[in-house]
Amino acid sequence: MIPELGHVALIIAFVLAMGLAVVPLWGTLRHDIAAMNMAPSLALGVTIFVGMAFALLATSFLQDDFSVAVVAANSNSLLPPIFKFSALWGNHEGSLLLWVLILSGWMTAVAYFSRGLPLEMVARVLSVMGMIAVGFLAFSLLTSNPFERLLPNTPLDGNDLNPLLQDPGLIIHPPLLYMGYVGLSVPFAFAIAALLGGRLDASWARWSRPWTNVAWGFLSLGIMLGSWWAYYELGWGGWWFWDPVENASFMPWLMGTALVHSLAATEKRGVFRSWTVLLAIFAFSLSLLGTFLVRSGVLTSVHAFAADPERGLFILIFLALVVGGSLLLYALRAPSVASRVSYTGVSRESLLMINNLVFTVATVVVLLGTLFPLVMDAFSLGKYSVGPPYFNAVFVPLMALVMPFMTVGPLSRWREDSAKRWLHELLMPGVGVLVAALVLASLGSDGFNIWIALAVLLAGWVALGVIKDLWRRIASAPDGELKWRRLSPSFMGMTLAHLGFAAVVLGAVVVTQENQERDLRMAVGDVEELGGYRFELLRLGQQAGPNYLADQAVFEVTRDGQIIAGLVPEKRRYFASGQIMTEAAIDASLWRDLYIALGEPIGEDAWAVRLQYKPMVRWLWLGSLMIGLGALVTVLDRRYRSQTARKSVPTAGVAGLAS
Amino acid sequence: MRAKKFIPLVAFVLLTGLLFRGLSIDPTALPAARLGQPFPPFAQPELLSGDEISDAALTPKPALVNVWATWCYSCRVEHPYLLSLAEQGIPIYGLNYKDDSAKARDWLEQLGDPYRLNIVDVEGSVGLDLGVYGAPETYVLDADGYIVHRHVGVLDEAVFTRDFSRWFPVDALPKRMPAIGVGL
Repeated sequence: MIPELGHVALIIAFVLAMGLAVVPLWGTLRHDIAAMNMAPSLALGVTIFVGMAFALLATSFLQDDFSVAVVAANSNSLLPPIFKFSALWGNHEGSLLLWVLILSGWMTAVAYFSRGLPLEMVARVLSVMGMIAVGFLAFSLLTSNPFERLLPNTPLDGNDLNPLLQDPGLIIHPPLLYMGYVGLSVPFAFAIAALLGGRLDASWARWSRPWTNVAWGFLSLGIMLGSWWAYYELGWGGWWFWDPVENASFMPWLMGTALVHSLAATEKRGVFRSWTVLLAIFAFSLSLLGTFLVRSGVLTSVHAFAADPERGLFILIFLALVVGGSLLLYALRAPSVASRVSYTGVSRESLLMINNLVFTVATVVVLLGTLFPLVMDAFSLGKYSVGPPYFNAVFVPLMALVMPFMTVGPLSRWREDSAKRWLHELLMPGVGVLVAALVLASLGSDGFNIWIALAVLLAGWVALGVIKDLWRRIASAPDGELKWRRLSPSFMGMTLAHLGFAAVVLGAVVVTQENQERDLRMAVGDVEELGGYRFELLRLGQQAGPNYLADQAVFEVTRDGQIIAGLVPEKRRYFASGQIMTEAAIDASLWRDLYIALGEPIGEDAWAVRLQYKPMVRWLWLGSLMIGLGALVTVLDRRYRSQTARKSVPTAGVAGLAS
Repeated sequence: MRAKKFIPLVAFVLLTGLLFRGLSIDPTALPAARLGQPFPPFAQPELLSGDEISDAALTPKPALVNVWATWCYSCRVEHPYLLSLAEQGIPIYGLNYKDDSAKARDWLEQLGDPYRLNIVDVEGSVGLDLGVYGAPETYVLDADGYIVHRHVGVLDEAVFTRDFSRWFPVDALPKRMPAIGVGL
């Protein structure tokens, strides 16, 4: 009964989404206030019914209803309850439902927080999002029904959730990632609404900016969690693989990075208007493309869902309609006259343009690398796979290229600035950072390392610029008093995100350069030395988990006679699937991680063991966390709160124009 | 300069064309080294009898040649389906690939034996001639002994219906109904 109710709820949500896609938009054409006013309620209705469907599917998972196909395929009676719940989105059908749930959540949030916006704008934005919801609900109902039953041949027990996914990281990684992925539909909808309304002024940029920041922040956090999960769960200590599915989430992030900066210029100065619209369309299109790549089986990847060309065709048609339609609309409606606003080559506008160029090029190179195997295959030129060497070779220089400008950007003035002023502001700190880079890079284990020198130089340069800017803002009062109140949330957010970026770069370079690892055969009592630490294998044992049996190796790590950590890496065998999983043991700290993973047993009392010493690897995730939180902090800014506060103003059309 | 605004659209249309083409390509499909050629000649022991056999032993045809090993987890997954194909009268020849023959005999004893015969290929030399990539793989030999199809990965009913059934008359394949057991 429960799955059928869920199915009905999903169908009702689909019908309501159809209404949302059509009625308010029709209202904007006919100037029918009542029709336009229906948008928020319809959005809420979609959310409620999708939420019901989601809750009912979750119930089926928690109750071990193996007559439901997805439950049987992805859960098991022995699975701990929390993983039964997260198993819901560990598969194609369920994760699609999560996708739609998050989309409707965003719709409702837009409906709630945009009450002060012009009614026509709200109606258009929600209608556009409604269309997206229609597409995905149809996709779910027609090709990937999560409530399909296995009757009468109901299995006695389920196949179990892939052990790789039985992990706390996976409980929150997909929801966060989808918050970002799907959240990019909001700036997209605002851009389309602005094109439809023919009003591409600064106000739409102001309206969509907080949404973009939040979505992009969630996307950053989602990608960070994915990387962290891969690091500790896949058992060999890598943190980024340039896998097609990773790229699928990374491309919208790169494009979103350009969008976040471009929106700033459009909001503040009214420049790059068409370009910003285009970026908003691209960012969401890349989200959809990612969905296509992951779910169609076009590319091989470690974490693609089961390949199904029929589903692929459905998303491709949907992608063609949404993106093709948007780009056609853009071609027809985007203003082709250059904006009247002028700026010189030495100005914040130009620096933001450099950011946009670099991040757009970065997106394109990642896209090319991701699709290259497909292109070669499509023209029967052979089977290829594009690996990290390509991506590193093109991506790393691009990031190095953008960093020098990151320091100048926040310090620079709009419209017109002078290079002399920049030089004056940054010469001394620059020299300081250069010296620090040369010193720090000489401290490594094998003498001077040019890459670490460059990383310290660039990251330090970015950090110094940010700190100098911070100081300038709070200390510029003549009476010497510190003006903390001058620090707006949007400034703090930007500062945090830039510092985070510097931390990521530093962490990435240091861990790549100074990583030490050894593959060894170790028996009980063996002692090995790595990175100044002493690893002793004390004993071997077995431990039963709820749905697996683990072989354990107990290590003691000491340094100069001091006990640093006891580490217990495991090799688990999951009962239901018979799959073997490597559970690495990690001693984490800010400056280094010690990482032990078990390979294969060698004889009776010895194992193949991989020991790793990974300096500053935490900086990657700490920095990403700062980037994500920085983006989220910006929405606390008073300017954005005024969006809702203005709802008492009757002429809502001018709301948000004053800045 | 309105034409410039169409550039993104045009680029996207090209991309869509590519993606559409991509849908009909299986990225895991590998060209069989010997597709369209006869089964490579060999002289190897048979797994159960221990007699030396050659390619002449592969009769009747059309038939399947299944590459398997006890170290291959997916082989265990597809094994029940091979048994049901054998029950339906489809000849299956095994290539026991880089495996321990004693373990392989145990496996067949425990899980059932769908194979007419099994070529023992401890060094993987037959596999090399055939262009084997890994296990499991399944090849189709047509009535004249030519290799006409190759499937990499687990063979199941969906794959069989889609890619294999054209070489095996459809009416020879009653729908499997495990609950009732119509496999006469």
